[in-house]
Amino acid sequence: MAEFASQWSVSGIVRTMFPILIVLTAIELGSGLVLDTFEGTLLQYPSLLVLVPVTIGMAGNLGSILAARFSTAFHLGLLSFAATDDRLAGNAIATLALAVTLFPLVGAGAWLLQTVIGGTALPLRTVVLVALVSGSLLALLAIVVTTVTTYAAYRFELDPDDVVIPVVTNVCDVLGVVVLFGAVRVLV
Amino acid sequence: MTVREVALEAYREALPVLALSAVGGLFAGVVLGGMDAELQDVAGLLVLVPALLATRGNVYGSLGARLGSALHQGLIDPRFSFDDDRINAAVTAALANGVLISGVAAVMAVALLALVGRPSAPLTTLVAIALIAGFVSGLLLTIAVVSVVFVGYRRGLNPDTLAGPVVTTTGDVVGIATLLGATRLVLALGGG
Repeated sequence: MAEFASQWSVSGIVRTMFPILIVLTAIELGSGLVLDTFEGTLLQYPSLLVLVPVTIGMAGNLGSILAARFSTAFHLGLLSFAATDDRLAGNAIATLALAVTLFPLVGAGAWLLQTVIGGTALPLRTVVLVALVSGSLLALLAIVVTTVTTYAAYRFELDPDDVVIPVVTNVCDVLGVVVLFGAVRVLV
Repeated sequence: MTVREVALEAYREALPVLALSAVGGLFAGVVLGGMDAELQDVAGLLVLVPALLATRGNVYGSLGARLGSALHQGLIDPRFSFDDDRINAAVTAALANGVLISGVAAVMAVALLALVGRPSAPLTTLVAIALIAGFVSGLLLTIAVVSVVFVGYRRGLNPDTLAGPVVTTTGDVVGIATLLGATRLVLALGGG
């Protein structure tokens, strides 16, 4: 009953969540600092600024969807951590395919919206290329981070539902900014 | 299942949700792209953007998950009223978490910028912007999450699969739009 009461009391919910939120915020501020260091480039080419939230969001989503699928497979006893595991390989391939499908469209969308609103200083193919390269790299990183985190949760006997999704989502958010920064440095 | 079957199923399941959140993210990006003047006026504002966006997802996504589980367990009814103690507590706690962590994020951002020797707007300016944006976006996202979870549940949809996409799609747009609004308000009131 005590546990039940704390689950549905304001102070109980805040006490459980707030420490986790502080850790996640600290991680996210790291990516904010990376954004801050290339603020000049972002302000010079607003179509890159348009890419920031969507890249962060897509990276986090790719990771969290993969993590949710791994967690479920893990609970059902269907997942083994071998490179030959069909479920591991199939989900990894799907993650990469999703990134390769969606990121070029996201790049084109960002370019189009920015052109309609206020003119754009970068050619379409540059923005699409930045999006595609960032997206493919992010998919690969999301696969590695999710597999490692799920495996760590399994080794430390933690419930992957509690641990893996928040860790993977926020780590992928940060990687989203770092990879976008790298792609912009190399391609723009 | 073969690798190919697993991959196809995972691809088909995730594509609509990801496409939807990409559209939300692009609109959030357009608002951010139009914020260049404010980003230049308030040094350090960009540092807060990922933290504030993630907070919206973490806090209000968790509210959606909590309400979804409670509906499944029959602990709450999908009705809009202010009489249900459980719903009130869940919403109050989400708002408290959302506003508090926004303020803390601003304090941590100013400290981090000082530590690495980068310019930053005054602490009070960034904290005021974060608190106002945190409160307004919290109200809007609470309304969105509670509405979609309750209405979806009444129509026979699984709230667990609804809350996530709704939060990721609306969270970014609402998060950036309220950040812009709060920044303009604070600048107009003389902060910065």
